[in-house]
Amino acid sequence: MLSSKASCNSHGQDSSYFLGWQLYENNPFHEVENPTGIIQMGLAENQLSFDLVESWLRKNPDVMELKKGGESVFRELALFQDYHGLPTFKNELVEYMAKIRGNKVKFDPNNLVLAAGATSANETLIFCLADPGEAILLPTPYYPGFDRDLKWRTGVVIVPVHCWSSNGFRITMFALEEAYERAQKLNLKVKGVLITNPSNPLGTTMTKEELDHLITFAMAKNIHVISDEVFSGTVFDSPGFISILEAAMDRNLENTDVWSRIHIVYSLSKDLGLPGFRVGMIYSNNKTVVGASTKMSSFGLVSSQTQYLLTNVLASKRFTSKYMKENQKRLKKRKEMLVSGLKKSGIECLKSNAGLFCWVDMRHLLSSNTLEAETKLWNQMVCDVGLNISPGSSFHCSEPGWFRVCFANMSRGTLQVAMRRIKDFVERSNFMGRSKMNYQQNMSSLSRKLLSNWVRKLSSPDPNEHER
Amino acid sequence: MVAISKIATGNGHGEDSPYFDGWKAYETNPFHPIDRPDGVIQMGLAENQLCFNFIKKWVMEHPEASLCSAEGVNKFKETALFQDYHGMPEFREAVAKFMGKVRSGRVKFDPDRIVMSGGATGAHEMVAFCLADPGEAFLVPTPYYPGFDRDLRWRTGVELVPVVCESSNNFKITRAALEAAYEKAKEANLRVKGLLITNPSNPLGTILDRDTLKGIVKFINEKNIHLIGDEIYAATVFMEPEFVSISEIIEEVECNRDLIHIVYSLSKDMGFPGFRVGIVYSYNDAVVSCARKMSSFGLVSSQTQHLIATMLSDDDFVDSFIVESKEQLFKRHKYFTLSLSQVGIGSLKSNAGLFIWMDLRKLLKEKTFDAEMDLWRVIINEVKLNVSPGSSFHCDEPGWFRVCFANMDDNTMEVALLRITTFMHKHNEAMVPRKLCRRASLKLSLSRRRDDFMSQNMMSPHSPIPQSPLVRART
Repeated sequence: MLSSKASCNSHGQDSSYFLGWQLYENNPFHEVENPTGIIQMGLAENQLSFDLVESWLRKNPDVMELKKGGESVFRELALFQDYHGLPTFKNELVEYMAKIRGNKVKFDPNNLVLAAGATSANETLIFCLADPGEAILLPTPYYPGFDRDLKWRTGVVIVPVHCWSSNGFRITMFALEEAYERAQKLNLKVKGVLITNPSNPLGTTMTKEELDHLITFAMAKNIHVISDEVFSGTVFDSPGFISILEAAMDRNLENTDVWSRIHIVYSLSKDLGLPGFRVGMIYSNNKTVVGASTKMSSFGLVSSQTQYLLTNVLASKRFTSKYMKENQKRLKKRKEMLVSGLKKSGIECLKSNAGLFCWVDMRHLLSSNTLEAETKLWNQMVCDVGLNISPGSSFHCSEPGWFRVCFANMSRGTLQVAMRRIKDFVERSNFMGRSKMNYQQNMSSLSRKLLSNWVRKLSSPDPNEHER
Repeated sequence: MVAISKIATGNGHGEDSPYFDGWKAYETNPFHPIDRPDGVIQMGLAENQLCFNFIKKWVMEHPEASLCSAEGVNKFKETALFQDYHGMPEFREAVAKFMGKVRSGRVKFDPDRIVMSGGATGAHEMVAFCLADPGEAFLVPTPYYPGFDRDLRWRTGVELVPVVCESSNNFKITRAALEAAYEKAKEANLRVKGLLITNPSNPLGTILDRDTLKGIVKFINEKNIHLIGDEIYAATVFMEPEFVSISEIIEEVECNRDLIHIVYSLSKDMGFPGFRVGIVYSYNDAVVSCARKMSSFGLVSSQTQHLIATMLSDDDFVDSFIVESKEQLFKRHKYFTLSLSQVGIGSLKSNAGLFIWMDLRKLLKEKTFDAEMDLWRVIINEVKLNVSPGSSFHCDEPGWFRVCFANMDDNTMEVALLRITTFMHKHNEAMVPRKLCRRASLKLSLSRRRDDFMSQNMMSPHSPIPQSPLVRART
């Protein structure tokens, strides 16, 4: 009756990543109204610097009112649906992107294609680069949304590149080759490798070495490299951020084949904290890709109203400089608060310098080194401790026991509550012995139902899944 | 060079059609009453520009809709963070209410069935992804909007099979035509998953009568295929007979509701193509659920959701707007068609849409599509009007042209009519006496030039067309 896309679960929403959100929605924490509710630590949002944007808006009411020089531009904006986007907007975007990269890379606005969020940008890029049934390599752990964005409607297959804690989850040449071989054995034609830099969920920026491996690998195998750099504006500590294009330029690859096989995805959802506005983009030096993706952007253009607002925000150079600096400062401080808070509970985090989250090592809290134990611990964290943190398995991490914990989407007060809860939990479990915890004690019946449904689904794997 | 995808290198985007020569001609020499009085007038763009002053007034009087009042800025954070693919409840409620009002309150729409999409363009593609697998097919009555070739087929791999409608019965969708198309699909080994109708019709400007609609609903139920009703021109019905929506018919006849889906948008009725407000409304729970997940690929900007929610919740404004819009469209349509008839140009009798389906069959040198193209080139290059040839709408018969009338001010309309008159006088053997009702004074309502607003240089090296034609033209 419906399409197979509608009837399967390749939309990826049966993942614990999304279930955690659901459980949170049923019982959301509020400092006053629901102090025992679940704290949302599974959402990588940046809420730390809104006051800066709001202050700019108050000083520039014309822009929100869709006025220019006192005159309304409402009509022009309402009619503007050109898929090339507002030229002034793209000019500002490329300047902003260059600024984030310390002006070491210059971008041409004609090579920038707007999309409805990075979600749309990633899907569009895959539609342009790979045919159904072909494969994209993806280093693990990776953002769960990729299972939907890259695979669902495109019919493309994801082949994971396994990374391990033993070397800080760095991407090695060996891992890339191994994944490629695995794809070959499955008769899958690999069209590209997609990296997220800075990494979600690791919160680390890629080293020069890793980037060089990727580029060398892409050259040798004649494949594309997609670099999802949506978190590039959230780098708050050294080492600094190196964009894939910068790494390629350092090797003087501008006039070689691989230059036209390197593509960047960016969005304003993470550093500027504007996920609701749906501003994503693809940057590519490949004219055919730019051409095709521009036409495809018809399916998800950025509202002209939003393009206009953000053109003006980004045009204010003083504002963007101030914002970038202050935002980074606040992210660093907040991250340190999370890290030290966890440390007091005997929990370590992967050393990170970017992102809106930490990659937390809870392996020592597992009853056994298994996926089941991780799931059990996760249940406890969400339903007993009341923290929606995201289990590593939802990021396809090859080792159980790691969790992504977000810190930038809540107030200091809420984070303090979260830290206290973890401390209590750890102390309790040390005292009582983990196996004796009845984690279902505090679960509402709805949460219990949702969880058991999910666990049941998990035990009957999707035959289309290639990666495990 | 490693290959990129077949989709990217193929021409499924539909922009290679010779139809775009018209756009090129317009883009390189666009009409402006003062700066370029001999330029090409754009009549190939189905935009609704007749009510902007009305809307603008509301926007200026309601700063809270744009989040810029003191209280509004405090809502900024909440809005900027809102990316829930369910969409803002107030947005869905306002849109549902609007859709009901446009159907004169005869049907109520459930806000929980409203799914957002990136314009109607995104909505159509999304519905195709939900209902059909690659290689399966939809039936589409001709003539139809050229964008469907891209929206329904390009990335989905779905096929379109035309339901041929003929001028002999005013392009009515007959049972025979539906059956013939269905058979043809079968012969081609294509599994038909649905029928897509556009009502009111683009390019015809007509609405489907009750009996035809009932017949269609009966047909799809018998064949157990989906019915997608593209109703994006619903509020542009400016004259009797009244618009009848699929949503009404299914209350009157037996129907499996799981087969019924409506595509809507604010681009035509309100004239907001730039805001990308597309809607999929399905009576099928599984489709709503799937489409909602897919809507992640084309959510409506929360800033825009807020504006629309505020605007469409204002009952007085909406009620007045609907009336005002119909009035303006009626006036413009009447004036345009009357003026054309006075120089011997007929068009399909229509009561909706932003265009007329103009009949130039008698001007063709011969009854062929080549002759249609020849005539069309004359219209573009000599008469300097960008109109859309019927062949680009897959019309079965040469000689028909879609001509838009709602995307220009009165002055430009005068100039266009003058050019048409001059052309007809030159080419008609039997001269029709000049009875044009000229306006007493040519109002120089200078519409703000797009140039003032945006930079001229929009040439993209890969595309010969500076501004994306398909996006601008619901052709």
